[in-house]
Amino acid sequence: MRPEHHLDHSTVLGFAAGTLDEAFMVVAAAHLTFCPGCRNASHEAETLGGELLASMAGNAVSSACRARTLAALGQATLHRLPILAPPSELPSALARLLQVSALSEVAWKKKAPGIALFDVKLPSHSKGKLKLLRVGAGRGLPEHGHGGEEITLVLQGAYRDHLGRYARGDVADLDEETEHQPVAEPDRDCICLVAAERPTRFKSFAARLMQPFTGI
Amino acid sequence: MFAVMESADGYRDREKQKLEGNFRAMITLVAQNHDRQAFALLFDHFAPRLKSFMMRKNASPELAEDLVQEAMIAVWMKAGLYDPAKGSVTTWVFTIARNLRIDRIRRDIHMPTAELGDYDQPSEAPEGEDLLGRKQEDGLVAKALNTIPAEQRQVLLLSFIEDMPQSEIADRLAIPLGTVKSRMRLAYGHLRRILETGL
Repeated sequence: MRPEHHLDHSTVLGFAAGTLDEAFMVVAAAHLTFCPGCRNASHEAETLGGELLASMAGNAVSSACRARTLAALGQATLHRLPILAPPSELPSALARLLQVSALSEVAWKKKAPGIALFDVKLPSHSKGKLKLLRVGAGRGLPEHGHGGEEITLVLQGAYRDHLGRYARGDVADLDEETEHQPVAEPDRDCICLVAAERPTRFKSFAARLMQPFTGI
Repeated sequence: MFAVMESADGYRDREKQKLEGNFRAMITLVAQNHDRQAFALLFDHFAPRLKSFMMRKNASPELAEDLVQEAMIAVWMKAGLYDPAKGSVTTWVFTIARNLRIDRIRRDIHMPTAELGDYDQPSEAPEGEDLLGRKQEDGLVAKALNTIPAEQRQVLLLSFIEDMPQSEIADRLAIPLGTVKSRMRLAYGHLRRILETGL
């Protein structure tokens, strides 16, 4: 089934340019594995990069660099290809960051009734945070806005909010003005991969009090 | 006057198409015969552009040349993976250089590289994509870039070439992040329109 909720085109362009923060890069790459439409958009965006590169003024390359490169061709081997990833139910961009190959094996930390989190470790240069979020079947998150940009990708189950229904492969690419109150569908726990810029701000005072504990 | 300008454009477009056709032939020679002469021609065309590309973000000329060497060796090794359906040779070289720039950051912290931006990995082509390479060769992407408003072109340049995240572009231009994003969306919409209608 194809996703119905997609990346914002500005995110696709950032992905194709290679300038997204690591956390957002992983979520965008993971969505692309589900979504032929966004893959196509990303290839289209890459042609802009190619055309801009073609139009650039060159910078003379030293003859030493040329000679070194030509001399190295004999020894050049495809040491980085192919990448043999162990079989995983997870998108490979995420799988390579986790020690486990299934969502059921994730070392969840319970944060509130029905809500569990797992922090995905990212390289130190990443400014954003990447988390797996598990919301129990039928449970909801407090209504919250976003202190910054946030992209959520559904990996299992589905949730609903006022924007619609989000199932496996769907992304919510939200700006900081959007507030929502997602509720997991009743039949199954909903598991999402969330890239966020800054800690999410909950609207109600009680929820804000709870925030240091939930860490969402 | 107008007609003269148009025909000059047409001439340039035809020259570019010829060049791109040659790149494709050279890539094929490299892939099938490990043809060093063809590779040297590709090097002479792309290496200076790649050096400019790699010297963004204050990289030294030495580091830039190391990265040029690495990118060109990747072209040599991966020539067999080039898929014309996904874009021109120049676009393919751009994605190799971009991935290298990303990898370079990762390598500093010993992260395994993978297929973020899986362009140069063999993958099934999504439908509707089969014509993209030809459309680019026909000059439609160049046309899109030549006809978008300067402010949209500027954010594309800062993003794709200068390697700036959108928040950094907002700071540089002293405009809200939302404006950077909407310029990006408009630029993509413009490209789509031209790819679809040719107009």
